[in-house]
Amino acid sequence: MADSIRLRVSRYRPETDSGPHWQEYDVPLRKEWTVLDGLNHVKNEVDTTLSFRWSCRMGICGSCGMNVDGEPRLTCGTFLSDYEPGPVTIEPLANFPVVRDLVVDLSDFMKKLPRVKPWIIREDDHRTVEPDVEYLQTPGQLDAYQQFSMCINCMLCYAACPVYGLDPEFIGPAAIALAERYDLDSRDVGNRERLDVLIEHDGVWGCTFVGECTRVCPKHVDPASAIQRYKLKAAMETVKAFLLPRGAR
Amino acid sequence: MTPSGGTPTDLRLYRPRISTWWWTRKRSYFVFVMRELSSIFVAWFVAYLVLFLYAVGQDAAAYRRFLDWASSPWVTALNVVGLAFVLLHTVTWFNLTPQAMAVRVMGQKVPAFHIVAGQYTGLVVVSAFVFWLVTR
Repeated sequence: MADSIRLRVSRYRPETDSGPHWQEYDVPLRKEWTVLDGLNHVKNEVDTTLSFRWSCRMGICGSCGMNVDGEPRLTCGTFLSDYEPGPVTIEPLANFPVVRDLVVDLSDFMKKLPRVKPWIIREDDHRTVEPDVEYLQTPGQLDAYQQFSMCINCMLCYAACPVYGLDPEFIGPAAIALAERYDLDSRDVGNRERLDVLIEHDGVWGCTFVGECTRVCPKHVDPASAIQRYKLKAAMETVKAFLLPRGAR
Repeated sequence: MTPSGGTPTDLRLYRPRISTWWWTRKRSYFVFVMRELSSIFVAWFVAYLVLFLYAVGQDAAAYRRFLDWASSPWVTALNVVGLAFVLLHTVTWFNLTPQAMAVRVMGQKVPAFHIVAGQYTGLVVVSAFVFWLVTR
């Protein structure tokens, strides 16, 4: 194993640069060092002006997503030794506007997420329920949605999705997976409200099933599956609306 | 940022442009675009079948003319390319089916392998039936 590896980092300083350019840094190559460790070494020892987001270093917070050698990755779970002999290119997540260096603007997602109502909707008003009431679930009921509840909003799926890149109106993989997570929850009755949002042009029908969202997801959420299942639901609703009298829907 | 910490209005964001050739950048993107393209050849085979049935429904001379046209080099070449794309279409969609269908039998999730295997079994049965129908 070599002593060091070269990082080829995309830099963009909005106050002086018209677009991004490359800057190279040599960092120590250690077996246990991730790409994020390399960037932190640069920040602490070499160039304090480099900007990037990170927090937990253990694949939970979803802050440190970047494009590493063209692939959206959580940099805290991506080891430098896998890119030997280098150089490793590090760019901001694709498909998002760049604020500075490796920091992207996520406000588009922040606007989209609440549209799918990613919370438990109940018929009873929560203010009338006793605070210590528990809504119990069987292991089977938990299993129905648990996979989709693992999303950490890291945005790797948006960076991998060419549909989102080409049509930013598309509500996107993580938002739809989270809608599915609450739809499948036995305590929730919000299916109809979410379907009304996702049945629109910028909802599930924007997806052409490239499948990259699922491939890059670090938490194995499988957003592509959620979207296709939603399409089936949406199609069934349309057929029902066409065939059944109003009262029977 | 605004002094009050509200909406950032003076950010000079860099908005990357997507290249027209984005689909050549990754193998998975390329396979996806080829899969989308394959639907044109599926449509072509439908049109070919309609032309064939029309010729059969006419008379022997029309059928003969169809066979002559169908065996011309360019139609043969088109059909060979079409077959390759239709096979790609079949294999890629069969592989994707378990993601689109969450099948549960008696509360248990059916493994993806079983769904894909079921489709191939169906394909073999239908193909064998068609083969039997044509050659009997």
